[in-house]
Amino acid sequence: MRHVDRRYVVTLTLLATATAILVLAQAELLASVLSTGAGLVLLIATIAARALLVWAGRVVTQREAASVKADLRKHLLRNSSGPTGELTTLVVKGLDAIEPYLAGYLPQLVVSVAVPLAVLARLSFADWGSALTIALTLPLIPVFAALVGMHTRDRTRRQWSAMAAVGGHFLDVVQGLSTLRLFGRAEAQARTVRAMAAAHADETIRTLRVAFLSALVLELVATLSVALVAVPVGLRLLHGGVTLQVALLVLLLAPEAYLPLRAAGAQFHASAEGLAVLEQAMKTTRPKPLAIQRRSPDLRRSSITFDHVEIHYPNRAEPALTDFNLQVAPGERVALIGPSGAGKSSLLAALLGEVHPSSGRILIADTDLRELDRTEWLRQLAWVPQRPTLFPGTVAENIALGAPEANVQAAAQAVGLNDLVDTDHPLSSGERQRVAVARAIARDSARMLLLDEPTSRLDNRTEETVLRATREWTRGRTALVVAHRPALLTEVDRVVELR
Amino acid sequence: MKRLIAAVTMSTAAELAGIGLMVTAVWLIMRAADQPPLSALTVAIVTVRTLAIARGTLRYVERLTSHDAVLRGMVELRGRIYDSLVKRPPPLRSGDALTRLVSDVDALQDAILRCLLPAATATLVGVIALAATGFPLPLITGLILAVLLIPLSAYALAAEHLRTLAPLRADLADRTVTLREGAAELTAFGAMEHQLTRTASVIDDLAAREKRASIVTAALTALAVATQFGTALTLLIQGSPAHIVLGAVATLELTIPLTAAAQRWAEIRGSLSRVEEVLTPRPEPARTPPPLHIEPGKRIGIVGPSGAGKSTLLRSIAAAHPGAAKGALADAHVFHRTARVNVQLADPDATEEQLDHVARLVDLDVDWDAVVGEQGDELSGGQRQRLLLARALLANPDILLLDEPVEGLTIHHGDEVLSRVLGHVRTHAKTVVLVTHRLAPLQDFDEIVVIEDGRITQRGTHAELTTTPGYYQDRWSTEHLGTDAAGRFPRPHTPQMSHPT
Repeated sequence: MRHVDRRYVVTLTLLATATAILVLAQAELLASVLSTGAGLVLLIATIAARALLVWAGRVVTQREAASVKADLRKHLLRNSSGPTGELTTLVVKGLDAIEPYLAGYLPQLVVSVAVPLAVLARLSFADWGSALTIALTLPLIPVFAALVGMHTRDRTRRQWSAMAAVGGHFLDVVQGLSTLRLFGRAEAQARTVRAMAAAHADETIRTLRVAFLSALVLELVATLSVALVAVPVGLRLLHGGVTLQVALLVLLLAPEAYLPLRAAGAQFHASAEGLAVLEQAMKTTRPKPLAIQRRSPDLRRSSITFDHVEIHYPNRAEPALTDFNLQVAPGERVALIGPSGAGKSSLLAALLGEVHPSSGRILIADTDLRELDRTEWLRQLAWVPQRPTLFPGTVAENIALGAPEANVQAAAQAVGLNDLVDTDHPLSSGERQRVAVARAIARDSARMLLLDEPTSRLDNRTEETVLRATREWTRGRTALVVAHRPALLTEVDRVVELR
Repeated sequence: MKRLIAAVTMSTAAELAGIGLMVTAVWLIMRAADQPPLSALTVAIVTVRTLAIARGTLRYVERLTSHDAVLRGMVELRGRIYDSLVKRPPPLRSGDALTRLVSDVDALQDAILRCLLPAATATLVGVIALAATGFPLPLITGLILAVLLIPLSAYALAAEHLRTLAPLRADLADRTVTLREGAAELTAFGAMEHQLTRTASVIDDLAAREKRASIVTAALTALAVATQFGTALTLLIQGSPAHIVLGAVATLELTIPLTAAAQRWAEIRGSLSRVEEVLTPRPEPARTPPPLHIEPGKRIGIVGPSGAGKSTLLRSIAAAHPGAAKGALADAHVFHRTARVNVQLADPDATEEQLDHVARLVDLDVDWDAVVGEQGDELSGGQRQRLLLARALLANPDILLLDEPVEGLTIHHGDEVLSRVLGHVRTHAKTVVLVTHRLAPLQDFDEIVVIEDGRITQRGTHAELTTTPGYYQDRWSTEHLGTDAAGRFPRPHTPQMSHPT
């Protein structure tokens, strides 16, 4: 229960205690009504209370599950660094798996401690012989479960990996179907798909025969104990050694001692996935930034120096950029050219702090970029990415992304989007590009433009906008532009080629 | 199906044994209270002991039978789904949809074990209990409520709940994707916090709806419990004997999980209909021929901005020339098997020499018998690409299709491998269709096709296209900005920089 809020455990304990009290009361009253006819009204009240408690328990546990899910979703969005597809699946759907664990298995686990204890306590007053029978047999369940579990653990683990292999094999073949078809091998695989699945089914059944033994023991202990309690009590009743009311109470309570354990066992497997998801989600954390945070030098007066910069993305065999040297003076406008894959966009990413040089340094005046306060540094930059992302909301909201107080209308006017500021429907690729330019020039306080020209051919209006933005907005500002068309090269002071 | 019926029978027998145990034990106690001679109880005592053992044993057998039935059913189902997918005309659905289909099949397994089986058992046991007690009205009412009405309401409510959640979930999915894909932009523009806060409000909205829905669904479970004991109480008040009253409690106990089962059914019904859809044969749609005629022996290049439809065109060429056109397409799959299996896929009878020959051509240096990992995860991007190239070459097709075959290699190395591959194909006089973002390899191609926004906008040779204004000319001039205009392919590459004076 490492991942569970203390308050929730307390709530579950209270719910379980109330359940135990009602189970005892109900058995007591039912025995009384059946033997003497007294207590019917109280019995009806108890049953009503039990239904109410079931309702309250469900509501409380499901609300808790909903809250925990919401917290984990926010946590994951803030801290996860895995692939987008995986994250989206986990955030939108995967986290639902924790509900059977939090709202099903855990509450049942607490009940399966509270109710048997209460039953034992009550029976030791009513009929200590029966209490002893239950006290001796009840521990057999977890003991046997552990024994069978130990015996089958290795087999089960192998089994799970085999299961994953078959599920995986089917997935692998289905995903590769177009490849198989291309090479004319699709039909040939049909037999393999069936053979693998059949072999797996045989193996699974062999393992289940042993694995289900723990369930067999659980069932046998539970039912045999009822027989072991009922028959002696019946015989003593025959000789007048016990009253009918007590005999009935013993018979009604005995199964209640085993029922919660059976229920918890039944929910265990359904909740296992949830626990795994919960653990996966909780351990996601983002690496902390470097502690040194210097004030960012003013780009109006500071040059930018790339000093033997190499950029090497993890899980890439070869570096994206090697031994790159360049100095950009304040107010200078530099175009980067070169074939795709030469590392032009990586250079911009490094300036934005998205990647760090694997060797060499980027100096702003005389300070290493890595030591600067990133938020403050980024405030000096206006970036037009090659493929801009549009965020949910209107065009105006997208333009104001980096400058909430900006004159959106003026920026929209400058790129010819003033008719579209209030729309939120899909834009053409040219319009998206112009939104990105407007977004950058709306950042009036920025000192430097980073522009990554799209490789696709732009419509004339967009092309013109990009050129004008570079020409006008960068007057008196530094600019580093990645050029894919010759037109842009006439707007800059210097052209640098990457190969 | 026969196995499933056996499983339901076993399950019913196990539950009946459990109910019988309770009924006999209560009868035994009530009878003993009258203090009859011991002989009057012996049958009941033996029955109690027998049923106690029978219940556990039957349950064990039932679980094995049902799992066996479902597992065997899955073998057949997977086989049939595969057959059906093979028969479907390419191009197929997206990879994501296929992945979902596989988990849909797993959901089906769940649906049988956790929804259908308990529902069938509860119904059968209910009918038998009614027959055994002479159809008392309270039990009829209780069973109709607990087996039919409550689960059906739970199903309807859950389905409605999921419907109202769907747009919120879609919104959350969209926001998660933009948060992630636009992360660099949000950070650069200092807007990450704001965007996270807005997404958090969608999450809170989702949680609020779930909490509201729990009030009603919890009420249904409570209603099931109330029905269970209410039925027993009514029987009690009507004067039914104790063993019938408690027998009713035990019978209705089986119906309690049906509420959850019905909700689960609502969740997985989408999976069921998707599986059904795949298994339904569909008439082959009329295929439109690709807008490109492939002349034997020619080298054709396809260029265009990303997302313009280059890969789609290549796939339609593959579909139009089944058996003749093979190669490495954009969706080429690396199987979770050895490197050898992956390459030999192209020619199962290939000899070791042939394998080594294609490997040398593409600089592939892997252990043939090493498993390459899921989707080739154990390989680097460049190795994966070279493995696909080796496979394509081993197939030795009449039309070789290559989609960005040297992506993931450095420019220099990529050019080198590609020129070797093209040289090899030229000596065998085969047709090549090459999709590439780099234009240098296309200089001596017979024809180059430019695709923009899904349409062919230009075609011609390298010499023609570089002298006509348009995408190709623009790209060529930037690819060659600042270098010697004659730029040969392959060319030597040295890191170079320029400094201001």
